[in-house]
Amino acid sequence: MFQLICSSPLLCADIFCLEEEDEDFQEKIEALRLKRDREGQIRLAGETTEKKEMAGGRRKKIHFSKFFSFNCGKSSLQDEQQNQIGGPGFSRVVFANDPACFEATNLNYGLNYVSTTKYNLATFLPKSLFEQFRRVANFYFLVTGCLAFTPLAPYGAVSAILPLIVVIGATMAKEAVEDWRRFQQDTEMNNRKVKFHRGDGTFERTEWKKLRVGDIVKVEKDEFFPTDLILLSSNYEEAICYVETMNLDGETNLKMKQALEVTSNLHDDSSFQNFKAIIKCEDPNANLYTFVGSMEYQDQPYPLSPQQILLRDSKLRNTDYIYGVVIFTGHDTKVMQNATDPPSKRSKIERKMDKLIYLLLFFLVVIATIGSIIFGIKTHEDLNNGKMKRWYLRPDDTKVFYDPKRAPLAAILHFLTALMLYSYFIPISLYVSIEIVKVLQTIFINQDIEMYHEESDKPAHARTSNLTEELGQVDTILSDKTGTLTMNSMEFIKCSIAGTAYGRGVTEVERAMAKRKGVPLFSEEENEEDNVVNRPAIKGFNFIDGRVMNGNWVNEPYSEVIQKFFRLLAICHTAIPEVDEASRQITYEAESPDEAAFVIAARELGFQFYQRTQTAISLYELDPLTGNTVERQYKLLNILEFSSARKRMSVIVQSPEGKLLLLSKGADSVMFERLSNEGREFEEKTKEHINEYADAGLRTLVLAYRELDEEEYERFEKEFTEAKNSVSADRDEKIDAATDKIEKDFILLGATAVEDKLQNGVPECIDKLAQAGIKIWVLTGDKMETAINIGFASSLLRQGMKQIIITLETPDLILLEKQGNKDAFAKASKESITRQINEGNKLLSSSTSDSFALIIDGKSLTYALEDDLKNLLLQLAIRCASVICCRSSPKQKALVTRLVKTNTRKVTLGIGDGANDVGMLQEADIGIGISGAEGMQAVMASDVAIAQFRYLERLLLVHGHWCYRRISSMICYFFYKNITFGLTIFLYEAYTTFSGQPVYEDWSLSLYNVFFTSLPVVALGVFDQDVSARFCLKFPMLYQEGVQNLLFSWRRIIAWMFNGVISAIMIFFFTTSIYEHQAFRKGGEVVDRSILGAAMYTSVTRFFPMYHNMIQWIRFDGKGDDPEYCQVVRQRSVRPTTVGVSARLDAKVIHTWINGEAALRDDHFTQVAIVQLERRWVLCPHRVLDLDVGFVVLFCGKLGTTTDEHSMIMLGTTTVTLGTTSSERWISMTELGKTTDELRTTVLDSGRNYELNSGARHEDESSSSSVFDSRA
Amino acid sequence: MKNDTGISAARPSAGSGDGNAARRNSNRPKYSRFTQQELPACKPILTPQWVISVFTLIGVIFIPIGVVALLASNDVVEIVDRYEIACVPPNMTHDKIGYIQNPSISKTCTRKLKVPKDMDKPIYVYYQLDNFYQNHRRYVKSRNDQQLRDASKANETSGCDPEKTTADGMPIVPCGLIAWSLFNDTYSFNRGNGEAMIVNKKDISWKSDRDHKFGSDVYPKNFQNGALIGGGKLDPKIRLSEQEDLIVWMRTAALPTFRKLYGRIDVDLKENDIITVALENNYNTYSFGGKKKLVLSTTTWLGGRNSFLGIAYLSVGGLCFFLSTAFTVVSLVKPRTIGDPSYLSWNRNPASQ
Repeated sequence: MFQLICSSPLLCADIFCLEEEDEDFQEKIEALRLKRDREGQIRLAGETTEKKEMAGGRRKKIHFSKFFSFNCGKSSLQDEQQNQIGGPGFSRVVFANDPACFEATNLNYGLNYVSTTKYNLATFLPKSLFEQFRRVANFYFLVTGCLAFTPLAPYGAVSAILPLIVVIGATMAKEAVEDWRRFQQDTEMNNRKVKFHRGDGTFERTEWKKLRVGDIVKVEKDEFFPTDLILLSSNYEEAICYVETMNLDGETNLKMKQALEVTSNLHDDSSFQNFKAIIKCEDPNANLYTFVGSMEYQDQPYPLSPQQILLRDSKLRNTDYIYGVVIFTGHDTKVMQNATDPPSKRSKIERKMDKLIYLLLFFLVVIATIGSIIFGIKTHEDLNNGKMKRWYLRPDDTKVFYDPKRAPLAAILHFLTALMLYSYFIPISLYVSIEIVKVLQTIFINQDIEMYHEESDKPAHARTSNLTEELGQVDTILSDKTGTLTMNSMEFIKCSIAGTAYGRGVTEVERAMAKRKGVPLFSEEENEEDNVVNRPAIKGFNFIDGRVMNGNWVNEPYSEVIQKFFRLLAICHTAIPEVDEASRQITYEAESPDEAAFVIAARELGFQFYQRTQTAISLYELDPLTGNTVERQYKLLNILEFSSARKRMSVIVQSPEGKLLLLSKGADSVMFERLSNEGREFEEKTKEHINEYADAGLRTLVLAYRELDEEEYERFEKEFTEAKNSVSADRDEKIDAATDKIEKDFILLGATAVEDKLQNGVPECIDKLAQAGIKIWVLTGDKMETAINIGFASSLLRQGMKQIIITLETPDLILLEKQGNKDAFAKASKESITRQINEGNKLLSSSTSDSFALIIDGKSLTYALEDDLKNLLLQLAIRCASVICCRSSPKQKALVTRLVKTNTRKVTLGIGDGANDVGMLQEADIGIGISGAEGMQAVMASDVAIAQFRYLERLLLVHGHWCYRRISSMICYFFYKNITFGLTIFLYEAYTTFSGQPVYEDWSLSLYNVFFTSLPVVALGVFDQDVSARFCLKFPMLYQEGVQNLLFSWRRIIAWMFNGVISAIMIFFFTTSIYEHQAFRKGGEVVDRSILGAAMYTSVTRFFPMYHNMIQWIRFDGKGDDPEYCQVVRQRSVRPTTVGVSARLDAKVIHTWINGEAALRDDHFTQVAIVQLERRWVLCPHRVLDLDVGFVVLFCGKLGTTTDEHSMIMLGTTTVTLGTTSSERWISMTELGKTTDELRTTVLDSGRNYELNSGARHEDESSSSSVFDSRA
Repeated sequence: MKNDTGISAARPSAGSGDGNAARRNSNRPKYSRFTQQELPACKPILTPQWVISVFTLIGVIFIPIGVVALLASNDVVEIVDRYEIACVPPNMTHDKIGYIQNPSISKTCTRKLKVPKDMDKPIYVYYQLDNFYQNHRRYVKSRNDQQLRDASKANETSGCDPEKTTADGMPIVPCGLIAWSLFNDTYSFNRGNGEAMIVNKKDISWKSDRDHKFGSDVYPKNFQNGALIGGGKLDPKIRLSEQEDLIVWMRTAALPTFRKLYGRIDVDLKENDIITVALENNYNTYSFGGKKKLVLSTTTWLGGRNSFLGIAYLSVGGLCFFLSTAFTVVSLVKPRTIGDPSYLSWNRNPASQ
């Protein structure tokens, strides 16, 4: 993900480098692309500004390449690949501008017609029918339907075929509708218009679908590219254009493409009159970022690179028009090649349901066999030595079906009849009903207003409907961090300038840490809240410090350093300003939120960057001498770009005074070693601050500068240009060497700290999920410290948890790695990992009450995920309350997911927002995509898309719970009703010597499943709620029902089935007894077969299911609103081993004195204490029993006293005395001094208030209502 | 929430995102109690009060119904006389089948019935067969409804195997095993004083059958002409819709033991009246060991004699009543607060975590 998020590599130097090992390949591509992008954006800016400057004048050629060290598209790799053209995999030949020539028609490349439909008119019937009958149940019914046309059939053929037709028809209709929609989309797409070259230099609009390979098309501004094109020229001199690839990779930034120089002069329609070229290139493939080809133009071959290719479905932006040659059409285009069906996932319940169907089939066969045997015997007896027994059946003159002489054969044939007859055991409409129900359920999910994100205008979107009930069974959540837990919006929050730390903003992490350490945050908290109210929030900026804001920095001791610091922030970047004409407000287009945060910070602090031309950067800044705002222009000389190896970015500018400045920012690891001796004045302090910031979960960069003299710069310029222009393979190294020489002897200015903000409600959501017993694993690419800090902030980790850290960052291993002996290193690493895991397991076994957190880094994961170790790792991990995998690559994420999924056999849920999470999302049982700003890839790969992490709570606890409950009840109900129905038929058979005569008449039989009993079942599946949404959220433990699969356990299924058997027996014998051979009508007529059948049928269909809901004690008598009561119920969810806010609250360290001796206690005891607060000082007996020792607890007066590193929460001077020995277990309470009414304090937790009305007395019902009930 | 302008910096080329508010909220789900699944719902909680009162209510409703039904059933006077063994001449008891298949032996048989209680007219005369599988699939299917209904469809004999046609290929009307095995015992009744009681054989079948299923222009043809004679013969001059014995017989019984209406006697009978029944014991039930019974019965509003319904109502009602009392006692003697969490499974056993 980091490649995508930190698309400005400068700012994520620290992160970027981490991924080197794992994602070498991807990174290369990414880096390449990023460079292109930046170039593109700057050119774009240059272009716009230039336009203003010389309006009307002829456009000057823009040559930015001067400023960039790396020129795209000129890679030494290219040569190799060029040689492959014409070989296998590179066989495409395109006759540009001559698609109709003989050779081209020979190639037969096909039109640009795209069809994503599954069927067409001719294939729909056979294909979709085939799909349908791949289901065992459907096939079974098809066979019985066919048999129904033979004399074997116990009922009319129509009644056998009709339900099948209805069911299949419904499913096929659904398929047809879906396909029709796809077709319409295709048609719309195919009929879009684009200009293409008709010949003789005239362009004409035509439909997309009519384009051929080799056509020249002209695409205008904001149009989509109809096919994959080779860019020939654009309205720009340099033949560049800007492309938005949102539909391809979800990225919103523009990418620059540039045509070959030879074709860049084709500016008019008419110039294509005689244009001829032959393009040879690779075959269609799915790789978006590579392209190999060559163009033969004017008898000269020119290599083509990805730089010239324009992909279908991307959009032309900021360019008036382009000309291009069609090279791939229709399904050959890269985007179409990329379109793959997501892996189809089936829910566990459905898999179990299949087993159930097999079970029923087995029963069916059993009873059919029994029936056939009896039938055979009876038939055999009918004719004995020529004497007919049941003469009225004429056994002497019969076909084989009833022939007493061939009774065994008759019995075998009868077996088939019986299979048909008892087919009602198998619910034919089950699949269809489930599908209907699930679709309706997803509609409910999509419609949930509480999962709608106002700001991004995104509701929840369940993309696949077949997993709804799985949402109610999630055991482990595997979550990405950036963009999922955090907002991926960076806020400039702190900085350290000249050894002084500025910035009073409090980060979530700090808040969490402060709580851990007991540092009072009251004053700051209040301050900040005031500020938040008074100050209009500026996105990306959360910096509060009176000392430097509003120009006050002038009065600071090192004001000139501060000036340089902010100036550097304003200059050293690649952002582009956008001035809103009306409001004169400046916004910035930066490639990453980090970079934007810097420029915004500079702006807010008085260094407003407002203009960028290709040669200059202009600022408004405060002149400390006059106090006026002055305009300053810095001449931009060079940009020394970021690379993951360099971990820094520099610019060389010339100040208005004519001084040459090298301004640089980068990761601390590379920057500190490049300081000059005299530039180390603030080094110690800054390092200290950087460590603090890192502790607080902030991303830090070090800022430094140096002044260059003319001579040095010239030398550099010469060397640099030389390096850039060299074409040899070591070009990059040369450039590196050149920059390396100049980027040294820096003078340290300070460091910045940017916060990656947690999304709203994340800690609370995690808390709820933890209470629901869901395990949460965080898989992140961040470094360990950051990950741990975020863990604390998001309440995944808490004080008192034992952290098991598995890492390879031990000194001896690092040493070994440096020695370069790879085998030895790998061996030693593995040994180390094995040892660490075993130790962790030992630690876990030795303690039962403590909770553990496992933190493992990516390098260790590579070894730990190997076959022999992975089970050991899993064992360790599943016993830990929290698991954090840091520095993990996308592939590792997927591997971890698979490990958890396959080995625990529990439902896993992956949640993420970026392209790097796709593997994880597809691997997990359920993939949730965060439809944030990151693009669509994760969403496209997901099963459900939500806008914010916090909606997960509602999605799982409410919808998941309901859906699981509904589906499982519905399936049980289905089997129940079919067993009831089928069994009555069977019982009746016993009264007809199993002759196969059904008790119900044909229509009743056929309509039973599809008409008479389908609606109640569907209604149950769509509307049933055990408790309302509010209670689902209030009692997260209800969720365990799904995790433990209580509602679809075999016991419950068998119970339902047994219920069906009982119902069938009751119905059968009641009706037969009631109607037994007496007159039932006034006229004295007696009951015949049809009457009995009708009566029984009515009974069966009317026999509404009793709702087997458990007694809903929770809702009883409004007790659910009684917080005290809730807390007691909730006690179960809050275990010492869980994580989350409430667990943390419970685990808060309280000093206790046992027999006068100070001791530290947590977990168990604390829980009791908290319960006491809530239970109005009455302990729940069952909790007291958990205690080993008794305690005396002392709560002191107010919050804020700190002893050592542990906090005391003091709630008045009340002592609670518990039994001092484990045998006694009694409680008494004494109040020392103040009354309990005065015991009131506010405890802060992650910015949320919990009010402890601890002293509330029994009669004080109203005030206790808010006790500990987190205010949502 | 946050300021709307000026934030696009963080999202490059977010473009014209700051459009009008209507567009912005276009994806917002509409609020309704239905879509938000907040419709009021009835979720009964089985509190002791509820359970007890529901059980009591069921008991209160069911017991009277049961009593009434039982009384009604007991009002019915029924005389059942099994005759198929008694009517075999003593010398033929070892070969009942030979007896019944020998047309030369007279099948006349006389039975004397004593009326146990006063019987008000109409008195229904039934014959009851036992172990006779009229519900056998081969048997049930062996008929052709079209032929019975429509004179022009006399040739429609499909499904009538093996009683389709005569040996010379003429279609049998009515065809099929059911008609072929028509019951042909006859009964005539005399009172003790020798006064004949007329058995009314009109309207003993379902009206709908007479009107719609058996045609008024269809006459029996080639019936019972084959080598093997099944049951009764039909007068070919009487249209099918008036052959009520046949119509009754053709309504196949659901269970192997069944009664069919033979006729009605519109005379009141007094207690201890002796009825002499002169019957023709023609029908062969000896082959398959079936019983034959003659039943004289009155009806009430609830139909014939069947105490099952009453007993069922009484027992369910009684059970409910018993349960409600038991629950009341339990809840009085050993009350328990509803929703007491200490009864939760994980709280009951303090040893477990």
